[in-house]
Amino acid sequence: MSIFSYLLPKKQRSAAVAKERLQIIVARERSTRGGPDYLPQLQEELLAVVRKYVPVDPDAVNVQVDRDSGCEILELNITLPENHPS
Amino acid sequence: MTKIVVVTSGKGGVGKTTTSAALATGLALRGFRTTVIDFDVGLRNLDLIMGCERRVVYDLVNVINGDANIRQALIKDKRVENLFILPASQTRDKDALTQEGVERVLNALRDDMAMDYIICDSPAGIEKGALMAAYYADEAVVVTNPEVSSVRDSDRMLGILASKTRRAEQGGGDIPARLLLTRYSPERVTRGEMLSVDDVREILAIDLLGVIPESQAVLNASNAGSPVILDTESDAGQAYLDAVARFLGDEVPHRFLTAGRKGLLGRLFGGQ
Repeated sequence: MSIFSYLLPKKQRSAAVAKERLQIIVARERSTRGGPDYLPQLQEELLAVVRKYVPVDPDAVNVQVDRDSGCEILELNITLPENHPS
Repeated sequence: MTKIVVVTSGKGGVGKTTTSAALATGLALRGFRTTVIDFDVGLRNLDLIMGCERRVVYDLVNVINGDANIRQALIKDKRVENLFILPASQTRDKDALTQEGVERVLNALRDDMAMDYIICDSPAGIEKGALMAAYYADEAVVVTNPEVSSVRDSDRMLGILASKTRRAEQGGGDIPARLLLTRYSPERVTRGEMLSVDDVREILAIDLLGVIPESQAVLNASNAGSPVILDTESDAGQAYLDAVARFLGDEVPHRFLTAGRKGLLGRLFGGQ
């Protein structure tokens, strides 16, 4: 790296962008791994229902299947927007 | 005891066949009886990389169907003692690859041919050929390029390995999987243009078997039909030799991870 690169404004390095994007997508894909195939659709339909009442972001719904000593737990997390009147 | 190793990646074109050829050749050079099997039915290419394309008579599907026995189908390498190639079929459809048939071939290689290692060169994708290549594996080598789609596909393949092998189905858990990072360019990593080996390790969270630098030697080797590991002068050849040593349990420091040093002037004014 040349000394001039410290003086000039610098775009974010593309490798850093790649790493960040990968960490997010890989974490997301791992959370549904091994789960039933209907999970993405379930997530979408749940989101549609919630949205009838609360304007939530597509990323605000998180569906996860956990296995715990023989029983399966379907975990559902919906993050409501902060300024929503409850 | 015979060890079955799958070389896999999910994504195509990352170096699975180059790696399978190098790994098998390296193990044979160390004195182990080794067979490398091409599981890419319909798109045979291992024979070209190994330089035995004109000696193919029978293939994997012929053996599965009983048209030939394993002795007839195996091609003995002319350069390296103890090295054998079992080519993929070029014409038949993929359904010819049955789980039961693959098991018979692997058993024959173990029992009749007394192999120490069987290297399964997986096709790209997550279809039947890839699943069959992985099913009976004791160990996996995941070949990845420092590039977003390759890393993502490798992670997906790790998920499949965790559930779709015989060992996983029998409740024996994951097979050990190690990362082989190929086409690595330390210069581009230094410039922040390429994911570093640490980045990829952190994302995939598996042990590192080796890093193969981007190298002209790889294309030269495939042009000539000679596994790159035999080009011991080249950086890629040496990196593969190191990886084989690590595969066998030797402690070998990683090389080719940093860009060549520049002089003071070069560092001040060169760079970008």
